[in-house]
Amino acid sequence: MTVFDKPKSLTDAPLHYCPGCTHGIIHRLVAEAIDELGIEGRTIGIAPVGCSVMAYNYFTVDMVQAAHGRAPAVATGVKRADPSKIVFTYQGDGDLASIGTCETVHAAARGENITIIFVNNAIYGMTGGQMAPTSLPGQITQTSPYGRDVATQGYPVKVCEMLSQLDGAGYLERVAVNNVKNIKNAKKAILKAFKNQVEGKGFSLIEVVSTCPTNWGLTPEKALEWLNDNMLPYYPLGVYKDKFAEEAAK
Amino acid sequence: MSGPYGTMAEKVLMKGNEAIAEAAILAGCRHYFGYPITPQTEVAAYMAKRMPKIGGTFLQAESEIAAINMVMGVASTGRRTMTSSSSPGISLKAEGLSYLAGCDLPALVVNVERGGPGLGGIQPSQSDYFQATRGAAHGDFRMIVLAPASVQEMADLTMHGFDLADKYRMTSMILADGTMGQMMEPVSLEAPEVKTYDKSWAVTGTDCKRPHNIVNSLYLVPEDLERTNFERYERYRTIEENEVMYEEFMMEDAEICIAAFGVAARVSKNAIMAARAEGIKVGMIRPITLWPFPKAAFKKAAEHVNTFVSVELSMGQMIEDVRLATECARPVVLCNRAGGMIPSPEEVLQRIKEVNGGMTK
Amino acid sequence: MTTQILIAGFGGQGVLFSGKFLAYKAMMEEREVSWLPSYGPEMRGGTANCSVIVSDAPVGSPIVTKPDVLIAMNLPSLDKYENAVAPGGIIIVDSTLIARKVERTDVAVYYIPATQMASDEGITTLANMIILGKLIRVCDAVSNDNLEAALKKVVSARRADMLDLNKKAIELGFNYAD
Repeated sequence: MTVFDKPKSLTDAPLHYCPGCTHGIIHRLVAEAIDELGIEGRTIGIAPVGCSVMAYNYFTVDMVQAAHGRAPAVATGVKRADPSKIVFTYQGDGDLASIGTCETVHAAARGENITIIFVNNAIYGMTGGQMAPTSLPGQITQTSPYGRDVATQGYPVKVCEMLSQLDGAGYLERVAVNNVKNIKNAKKAILKAFKNQVEGKGFSLIEVVSTCPTNWGLTPEKALEWLNDNMLPYYPLGVYKDKFAEEAAK
Repeated sequence: MSGPYGTMAEKVLMKGNEAIAEAAILAGCRHYFGYPITPQTEVAAYMAKRMPKIGGTFLQAESEIAAINMVMGVASTGRRTMTSSSSPGISLKAEGLSYLAGCDLPALVVNVERGGPGLGGIQPSQSDYFQATRGAAHGDFRMIVLAPASVQEMADLTMHGFDLADKYRMTSMILADGTMGQMMEPVSLEAPEVKTYDKSWAVTGTDCKRPHNIVNSLYLVPEDLERTNFERYERYRTIEENEVMYEEFMMEDAEICIAAFGVAARVSKNAIMAARAEGIKVGMIRPITLWPFPKAAFKKAAEHVNTFVSVELSMGQMIEDVRLATECARPVVLCNRAGGMIPSPEEVLQRIKEVNGGMTK
Repeated sequence: MTTQILIAGFGGQGVLFSGKFLAYKAMMEEREVSWLPSYGPEMRGGTANCSVIVSDAPVGSPIVTKPDVLIAMNLPSLDKYENAVAPGGIIIVDSTLIARKVERTDVAVYYIPATQMASDEGITTLANMIILGKLIRVCDAVSNDNLEAALKKVVSARRADMLDLNKKAIELGFNYAD
């Protein structure tokens, strides 16, 4: 009896991610959502720039690789071209919350009927561990070697909180993938974010708090602990907005 | 075909910017993304009015950068799409132009140029010639660059540009200037016959019936990236062989040859007529495709022309292509205004007379 | 034959509109034509002008630098363009708004109190078309026939009432004897 199988929407390509990286888990959750909704044949994914740039190799769906930060704009184009397609972006923190803030904010403001999977691990991974827009105050990175000094390097961007102020944003939830309970919850949120789009409801973004053992300089296990002890107090989990549920309740 | 201006085959007065917009719609473009900037805003305004009525998309993007990336999204699905802007806005689109090239995506981009650099001014200019024909953005790539010199050509080259973009899977750019965008002339518009192109590469959803398509410009193995570059340039060579367009004006016996495109060619025609009236044998080669540049026409002209005069609304950019095309066999001199100024026919005539008198600088 | 016309005035005086009408009129008479506006911030209350070229041959440069006909609808326009007018050309002045006389002696000058006439007739927004009527009278770039067909091209279908008023304005200018 098979109790654990690879989702149909994941290819057989071996993932290139570092040992202990949580991208693999998040890819799987996205693929499971696509499988469960039966939308594999009409889903188009947009890959970012950053560690997950090669996400296009891992999903069996049609994929576009976008310029750094522009995935929400590319997704807008794809979705407007054919609204019957299910369009998602998969972006990291540097991509979505720094160079692509404008595209993110405006896709949300327009209530673009797309799904954004936002992976927040508080660091630039691909380029080797520089300070991210979501790096914590005091966090040591290659470009904040003495710890992020908020006096000169500013404060982290809290994406869900920020976007929750926009009337156009539909569903915003922050989840984490550091333990089974949180992963199960992340799965539910991601599924809902896709389902919202299938039902034509509008903009959904799931922020997934995750780890980067390599650039944090921690073992995978310690990284999960660090996430729990440092990230989650700064980035509390939960639903930041669910306009669709509010509308349904009315 | 009936549009807001009546039956389209009948002549109507239209602004160049509007002619581009209507021609794009007639060519099957249903997805336009833009951002306001003078002097091209009429394109966006026209699309905003028309697109919702024909089931198309008009979207005022949050930035020029977003607009070109939305174009990339639509282009990835294999549909005809465009954006338009003016010089500073095109600089912002640079990144997207490079990605469109790297992904081999067809798209139409319109630049109704204004004077620069920086914020510059809003008056007509041709100072983005280098940008359009050489260095639009990072990486080895070309764009097909079309330079209309009338409102009719604004429309015709827009339609042609979409065809070339689809045929060669690349960006066609309409390189116009503020005059071309703002002026009205009679124009006759008819829906072109849209050919079908193989778009099996497009992201349309696999329908679970084929392997996934990936629209991508990333090649981490340099041998692979090199191969894509060589293949792309092979295609560019085909374009250089087959798609050159230019107009020759009074060149049969010309001893002086003006090189000019867009509004500069219009001004030059007046000057040529005046010079001819004084017995000066002057003609003009007007490149319609700036890339591919009509090299052969210039090279041939160098056989009987004494001096070339490049008339430009810039500090002298196309002049380099004239020199390259003629292999410096004859002197090539500049007659130019810049920063939003347009040379007058009198100024061009004056230059012709200087050259006729033997000046070669 | 080529006639280069420059219509200049304040933004809001209908300079671009009357130029557009003229361009349509010429086009419908099977002439070659181009219309080029000044554009940019000056459109909003500053000076505005438009170049209209009517010709038997394809129009070369669409920019009018030496107008054969200048319509000056305000003083700054007359100051700016008076000396540019080609010798033997025509200057038409809205004498309600421009107190001074034209200094050039090598051009034909027509003074018409278009703004006052428009006001008297209760068509205050149509001084531009009154002055255009004068142009049609004194310059052979376009004819006086079939005004309505050309007007229909430029007057919004929603403002059909404006058709007759525009026509009336042109006729007022056409018949004005100074």
